[in-house]
Amino acid sequence: MGQVFDCIVVGGGLVGSAVAYGVCSAGGTVALLDEGDVAYRASRGNFGQLWVQGKGRGKPPYAELTKAAAMAWAGFAARLEAESGIDVYYRGTGGFWFGFAPKDVEDRAAMMEDIGAASGIPYRMVEPAELRKILPRIGDAVVGASFCPLDGDVNPLYALRALHAAIGRGGGRIVNGAPALAVEPAAEGFVARTATQSISGRRVVLAAGLGNPALGRPLGLDIPVSPLRGQILVTERVEPFLPVCTNKLRQTPEGTVMFGSTEEEAGFDDGTTHAAMVKLARRGIETFPMLAQARLVRHWAALRIMTPDGLPIYQESRSHPGAFVVTCHSGVTLIPVHARVVGPWVLGRQDIPALLDHPVFSASRFDGKRGPR
Amino acid sequence: MSGTGFFKAVPALKREGGSVSIRIDDRACTVRAGLSVAAALLEQGAVRFRRTPVSGAPRAPLCMMGVCFECLLEIDGVANSQSCLIEVRDGMRIRTQDGAARLASMTEGTAP
Repeated sequence: MGQVFDCIVVGGGLVGSAVAYGVCSAGGTVALLDEGDVAYRASRGNFGQLWVQGKGRGKPPYAELTKAAAMAWAGFAARLEAESGIDVYYRGTGGFWFGFAPKDVEDRAAMMEDIGAASGIPYRMVEPAELRKILPRIGDAVVGASFCPLDGDVNPLYALRALHAAIGRGGGRIVNGAPALAVEPAAEGFVARTATQSISGRRVVLAAGLGNPALGRPLGLDIPVSPLRGQILVTERVEPFLPVCTNKLRQTPEGTVMFGSTEEEAGFDDGTTHAAMVKLARRGIETFPMLAQARLVRHWAALRIMTPDGLPIYQESRSHPGAFVVTCHSGVTLIPVHARVVGPWVLGRQDIPALLDHPVFSASRFDGKRGPR
Repeated sequence: MSGTGFFKAVPALKREGGSVSIRIDDRACTVRAGLSVAAALLEQGAVRFRRTPVSGAPRAPLCMMGVCFECLLEIDGVANSQSCLIEVRDGMRIRTQDGAARLASMTEGTAP
């Protein structure tokens, strides 16, 4: 042993893996600690959207961060496939948000206008008549829509596999089944302790999702995140009918249709409920009535990692420079930014990048006002 | 019995239980009552139950116990039916399934 890595990344989900891949790509040595199958695994339960529209109203840096990620995705996916051998099924189809009440569509239009004006997010509102030309099977309950050409989707499971493969090929060390019990300052930087080993690094990134608060405290990082449960349904494979991503439904390239997703305060309970199944199925059938004939094959829940205001945190510790926290609930959409922008930053190749250098992303925005829970 | 050899009926269970008439892709045939649809098709010598929606690769049953979803067939008009879990019935109409299920009145949209 005795190796000192340039960077330790704690958390082997999509956020930590993207950052670790970015560290590798920037020429750093990295150890990625993955808790194992006991983890809550938001990365393995999510919907797979790349979603831009509607994010960052009144918070232009967040809209711009998301836009930068979306615009980087096509090139990033090609590069990741070349380096990992795994196709993540990136599709930059654009996406629809559907409205079911005229008032909701009005509010949506106002919000999209605000975000468009502040951050240059392209969009257009789509009237029902045009929507029916584009999606002939859409239900009468849908009374309006917004379309954003930056939205799309990927297969998030392949994305995680591809990142891990690319890290491995890039010389990174992935330590599986290794919950980090503590991260402590050390002479040469930091030491991450698991049940069986100590891993040393000059720098450390906490990307452990809901595990971050406990790990961050001793390093002077106050990370107020809490779980927000989302339940998802998926159908059998059916013939293609939905060529674009939508806010609540997406048809995968394999033909399954995913119905998402609830937002529930359920603590750390990642179980499913009948009530949510009914609600999701009903809304899906209102959107595309012929889905009533499709059979469900699975139903699961995962826990989103939410800050009180829903925005990410990108923060270096003031008391322990070299220790960083990265957390967000859009771990799929933001992958290219986490790899290409956060990676070089945490490696010390550059000061905090302009894309991240905003008070709305700092942990200190929550000082003195801890979130709910 | 005919068949591909991967699965064999247990001789002790080959009891006389009568027979039923079914149609497999418009071909009438008589099979032993009490079998699952998948077992009946295997006894009839079927080697390809379906083609996959993604690559079009041919598929046949693997687990015969409801887990692998390789034995999907259209049974009495219902696509993606797990044929290893459904018992043959007199008059049943079975179709091998090429690609994904088609929901009634489905029409493909065009990209905006």
